[in-house]
Amino acid sequence: MTLFIEQLINGLQLGTMLFLMASGLTLIFGVMGLINLAHGSFYMVGAYATALVSAATGSFLIGLAAGIAAAAAVGALVELIVIRRLYHRPHLDQVLATFALILIFSEGTRWLFGSSPLWLNAPAALSGSIALPGGSRYPIYRLVIIAVGIMVAVGMYWLISRTRLGMRIRAGESDREMIGALGVNIARLYTLVFAMGAALAGLAGAMVGALQSVQVGMGEPVLILAFVVIVIGGIGSIKGALYGAILVGVVDTLGRVFLPLFFRQFMTSSEAAGVGSALAAMLIYILMALILAFKPKGLFAAND
Amino acid sequence: MIKSTTPSLAPRRVPTPAASWHDRKHLVQIGLLAVLLLAPLSAYLLGHVYYVNLASRLTLIAMAAVGLNLAIGYGGMVSFGHAAYFGLGGYVAGISAYHAFDFTPVIGWPIVIPGSDSMLAIWLATMLVCGLLALVIGTVSLRTSGVYFIMITLAFAQMVYYFANSWPTYGGEDGLPIYLRNSLPMVDTQDPLTFFLICFGGLVMSLALTSRIMKSRFGAALTMARLNETRLATAGIAPYPIRLVAFVISAMITGLAGALYADLNGFVSPTMLSWHMSGELMVIVILGGVGRLYGPLAGAILFVMMETLLGGLTEYWKLFLGLVLLLVVLFAKHGVMGWLAGRERP
Repeated sequence: MTLFIEQLINGLQLGTMLFLMASGLTLIFGVMGLINLAHGSFYMVGAYATALVSAATGSFLIGLAAGIAAAAAVGALVELIVIRRLYHRPHLDQVLATFALILIFSEGTRWLFGSSPLWLNAPAALSGSIALPGGSRYPIYRLVIIAVGIMVAVGMYWLISRTRLGMRIRAGESDREMIGALGVNIARLYTLVFAMGAALAGLAGAMVGALQSVQVGMGEPVLILAFVVIVIGGIGSIKGALYGAILVGVVDTLGRVFLPLFFRQFMTSSEAAGVGSALAAMLIYILMALILAFKPKGLFAAND
Repeated sequence: MIKSTTPSLAPRRVPTPAASWHDRKHLVQIGLLAVLLLAPLSAYLLGHVYYVNLASRLTLIAMAAVGLNLAIGYGGMVSFGHAAYFGLGGYVAGISAYHAFDFTPVIGWPIVIPGSDSMLAIWLATMLVCGLLALVIGTVSLRTSGVYFIMITLAFAQMVYYFANSWPTYGGEDGLPIYLRNSLPMVDTQDPLTFFLICFGGLVMSLALTSRIMKSRFGAALTMARLNETRLATAGIAPYPIRLVAFVISAMITGLAGALYADLNGFVSPTMLSWHMSGELMVIVILGGVGRLYGPLAGAILFVMMETLLGGLTEYWKLFLGLVLLLVVLFAKHGVMGWLAGRERP
């Protein structure tokens, strides 16, 4: 039971991080109609900038601010130079151009900082743990990650449904020609939305970077999970991204722990570990296939 | 109703115009094949076996991309998961050889399937297994389109990748060695040049098959499914089965290339299944020119040349691959074949 609670919280933590990635991706797709593979690179940029600045200043918070700012700046720059030429192109071109960006970012980072991972420690104030019901202890930092994720979700809800910028974003989703005709600077709106998505990815990278190591290619597994999330949730829907992220995070985490335990009931333990972990690795993809079989547009299909 | 109008693979009666062999396009095509054939022959005569194996690698990557081109270029199905078939083909070769070496059956129940080190048996099994996987993945994925299709094919390929990674029987993430290259009757597959010629034969066959398909009524239907689905449906042909069949054939070609690729390296690992592999195959199709019969070959030549030349200069050659790819996508949409052989079709 303690194990279950612990793993459930781990799943929530993975889910909130996935939400930070997926909400940016889905917003960019919803507003600009762009599929962006390079989103994982912004995650990496955020983590690297946070690790470097934290090491230089000794403060995680300053590092975190630097990480978010760096990811947003890189995102805006990439949008201005490359992405804006892709909005009217077919998806194939978008996939390839952003795949090219991944190669450039990954190899460029390897060139600048080497292949060995950087270390980033969680702030000392958050390094303790608290007691869970049932007697085990749980690290505070992971709970803080969940709290940050919830704050971002609430903040995004407020931004999109209550502010002028959010109004423009929603208008951009439903009819981009019309808001252009009404005098909104669409080019600037697109850059802003893209930079915002990049900043969220950078925030996720920085937070997770303190749990795992900061290295080249760290964004790719997360990117693919985020794709699964937005396909399940419905591409373009922030609400879908939230539910999809929690679902994927929890199912993936629980599957990895409990499927091997389950198979141990009627197999030898090494066989159970093999079958269980292989099946657990496939679990979210099976979940995705099942959901798509019934709802080809995802759980919360946005417009159309 | 549909059955009577389902297009067959028989050639159309209408001859295609301007099909003389000596126009620019055909000269470029013959030139590419001749270079691919003559370069390793001369390297072999000069004793540089490394270059013969490099040519085999190039040929197999080109063949895998020919398969992908049928889906992306001709069918308009942007599959981001063809590494699944490439790697699965490799695993069929690897697993079959592993069991032939061990004298254990691949499947012991309900029917006994023994391992085999015969390439012919392996190729047949590869086509069956890859075709089945593509049928399952295609059945789900083709219900969607656009970005969903891209992401779903990617996700399914990742599923296969993670499965191979965590399934311990066949080496998991360490991969599976093929101790002795699989055999064919009456030829010595160990010989690098002989093996290159087998790969070359595979490439030529897949090019001929693609050309044949695209000249048939089925190919016309596939083109129309890409250009205008509604018009195809109005003509009494359902687009979904046409796409599904093309997707399955595409996966089989890529799978065969993968089976040979594993034999070339004497090794198969989850790397062959990774999404970088899917991406690189797409890159090759684009570099060469989407929907051009010889585009994958031109793209593979460019890719392997960049890898060999730039890779010799710097460890970070993929940075430059990225820059070239970005420039090609943004400014040179017709790829190498568009540049060499002129533009084709709208």
